Amino acid sequence: MSDITCQVLVVGGGPGGYVAAIRAGQLGLDVVLVEGDRLGGTCLIRGCIPSKALIHVAGEFAAMRAAADGARFGLQLKAQPDIDFKKTIAWKEGVVDKLNGGVAALLKRAKVRVISGWATFTDAKSCIAKTKDGEEKIRAEHVILATGSLPVELPFMPFGGDVISSTEALSLPAIPKRLAVVGAGYIGLELGIAFRKLGSEVTIVEAENRILPLYDSELVAPVKKWLDRHGVTLHLGAKAKSARAGALQIEGADGKAAQVPADKILVTVGRRPNTEGWGLETMGLDMAGRFVKVDDRCRTAMRGVYAVGDLVGEPMLEHKAATQGEMVAEIIAGRDRRFDPVSIPAVCFTEPEIITAGLSPDEAKAKGEEVIVAAFPLAANGRALSMDAGEGFVRIVARKSDHLILGVQAVGAHASELSGEFSLALEMRAVLEDLAGTIHVHPTMSEAFHEAALRALGHAIHI
Amino acid sequence: MGRYVFKLPDIGEGTAEAELVAWHVAIGDSVEEDQPLFDVMTDKATVEVTSPVTGTIIELNGEPGQMASIGSSIVVLEVEGAGNERANGKAAHAEAAPKADAKPAPPPKAEPKPAPKPEPKAEPRGAASSARPPAFATRATPDAKPLASPAVRQRARDMGVELQFVAGSGPAGRIEHADLDAHVSQGRSARGSSSGVRYAQRDGVEEIKVIGLRRKIAEKMQEAKRRIPHFAYVEEVDVTELEALRQQLNMQKRADQPKLTLLPFIMRALCEVLPDYPQINATFDDEAGVVHRHAAVHIGIATQTANGLIVPVVKHAEARDLWDSAAEVARVAQATREGKAARDELSGATITITSLGPLGGVVTTPVINHPEVAIIGPNKIVERPVVRDGHIAVRKIMNLSSSFDHRVVDGYDAAEFIQRVKAMLEHPAILFMGGA
Repeated sequence: MSDITCQVLVVGGGPGGYVAAIRAGQLGLDVVLVEGDRLGGTCLIRGCIPSKALIHVAGEFAAMRAAADGARFGLQLKAQPDIDFKKTIAWKEGVVDKLNGGVAALLKRAKVRVISGWATFTDAKSCIAKTKDGEEKIRAEHVILATGSLPVELPFMPFGGDVISSTEALSLPAIPKRLAVVGAGYIGLELGIAFRKLGSEVTIVEAENRILPLYDSELVAPVKKWLDRHGVTLHLGAKAKSARAGALQIEGADGKAAQVPADKILVTVGRRPNTEGWGLETMGLDMAGRFVKVDDRCRTAMRGVYAVGDLVGEPMLEHKAATQGEMVAEIIAGRDRRFDPVSIPAVCFTEPEIITAGLSPDEAKAKGEEVIVAAFPLAANGRALSMDAGEGFVRIVARKSDHLILGVQAVGAHASELSGEFSLALEMRAVLEDLAGTIHVHPTMSEAFHEAALRALGHAIHI
Repeated sequence: MGRYVFKLPDIGEGTAEAELVAWHVAIGDSVEEDQPLFDVMTDKATVEVTSPVTGTIIELNGEPGQMASIGSSIVVLEVEGAGNERANGKAAHAEAAPKADAKPAPPPKAEPKPAPKPEPKAEPRGAASSARPPAFATRATPDAKPLASPAVRQRARDMGVELQFVAGSGPAGRIEHADLDAHVSQGRSARGSSSGVRYAQRDGVEEIKVIGLRRKIAEKMQEAKRRIPHFAYVEEVDVTELEALRQQLNMQKRADQPKLTLLPFIMRALCEVLPDYPQINATFDDEAGVVHRHAAVHIGIATQTANGLIVPVVKHAEARDLWDSAAEVARVAQATREGKAARDELSGATITITSLGPLGGVVTTPVINHPEVAIIGPNKIVERPVVRDGHIAVRKIMNLSSSFDHRVVDGYDAAEFIQRVKAMLEHPAILFMGGA
């Protein structure tokens, strides 16, 4: 066993951890990062990136099938297209490998020592990392915990066999003929829609009475419409009961038992912080429910120990973790930083895509704000129509008294790329007039944001 | 009789002001405690406000329909006893905010008593209060974060400025870089009294590099506190006799002899007692695990200089008499203050005395001068009533605060040692008897 001492120990090589390590390295700190799996974390290895790769292939395939089913924009295929799913998965792995290698190179450039092994803390400032070459004892002045999260398992239907989590769903050997999805949150819907496009018969079971329960009904409506139009079966207000061979037992909204035929059952009922198996209990930290408790500087109850990302609370999103990781590195380097964003934007890569940034109309009203809400339909946006993406809208929520923009939401194909401007407007504390006075390129979908602002001011041009 | 100034209480709605709806009393009325005085209305409710005291109304400030701010003087009563108004009524009058622009109070009902003090109507502070700018920026929604772009927020943090105190000039009250600059420069220049703000807010953080002697001190102190498990022991010493002796000696001293402070006496006492406590007159080389017990008593004298704390050393104090000790203390301290002390004169102590003289306070917890193992800190001398043989006597009392390195000095030995020193100082004759 060898001994390592360092200024900063980062545990977890996901977006929270590796960004913290790179930034700390840039700031001249002596950094060790321990990762038990591959660098990149859930996002890169088994989350955002591979799922987007799969969703992209599914979209291409669906377009080809549409061309085979009947001429669309004059495009026609004489026969149904084929898919070699093994090659699809291999291509996806290629994308993941490229990014994984990129992270390793960035860490190296920042002079971060990466230890591939499983870290177990023995006290708040020291851990033992089990590597393939033996054990390393690591002691650090500052510790950044970035252990991320894991898919939640249903106790009566544990993962294994045909019951799979999102991780397995991204590396299936073949496209399941019949796929049952338990949980209609964003992960279940993204994957359910992708597999529907790939040809699976998809059934979605959700305990609440609506899909995407965290989003307002106006935003969700176009997604619901797509599901209906593409023959996805929905069981709302229904509970998954047990997995049988080739079927999922459910209790319907009417209380009656029913069977959903399924070759694979994808359980996406949420994620839980990864708080077990690495010695958290030896560190003397305070908890906030399931999460590690931190303040607005991501400081835990133990001096010199920080925690970031999924481990410290919702929303469990890459960009939140990365922002916190970067901030903590700067705090350790002696700068005064706080995690106080105006918004943590979120995107559902469903069909069509949903974006939320800042307050929804209901949230704003609940905060006692008197608001103007204005939406601009993509059906009136030239670029959207030219891409056959006229379904959806951009909606803006502004304070009535001073026109401060409080929130922006959108739903529409390709709309996720608009999110950057939404966030910038919120973070810069823009008012409607700022947006109205900004020239937006024609023809782009971003004009819909401009027009929504004009409409909020009462003088939209194109509607 | 006294004046009782009743200020508009916080109605508990988080509001800054309330509308005066109706008076239930008039000037000259006698009111009982809990008798309704007036009604005020906030956003949410009309509240009847009752009198906290029994007395006679001598002032009513404001008219129905006017806004009165919370905390402003609204009713003044004449009460039995001293009232609550400060001397000569100036303070309370100065605080009677809304009065200046209020119309004359409603005519008294029955037999009018003349208002007792037709004080100047134009009260400068009160009048200014309505016109002066708010002391800090106010926002439409009280719990809202200050509006500022990420760059402005970051910069404010780097400058140590809290943005909720910065007024924003941008749309919706957004704080721009220029607002931040203005805020900082405004905070630096003292605000004129005409603005009505008495206490200027100060912003900004000055960075002082810890270098040179200051760094040495920092390192030494950190080292001492990090390595040494200190324990403190404080004992009270009756120095009445010692002080009498000291004064006597100073009176008859020769012209070439230095004036005696208490220090040479304490040094003498240490030199007498230390041979019996070799573990205290020691240095501890904790890396080698060896305690060096010294036969000589080299006493470090903590000395404040313009640059910071330095500890010059009086070598072989055991071989010096009072006058010699006093002269040597004066010499090394002087040399140190002038920066002329030789390296040799600044090292090699076996024990240290740290005295702040008249600033000595009641108790101190001195930091041991590593690698020594003990430090003695006399506190200030004060006259105290003490019980002597059943009588109260006024005695000169001084505390002796000392710290020891608990790794090599046991509490029992330290206590015994200090008791011996105390006995010597309380009976100074023993100091000169040798071998006591």
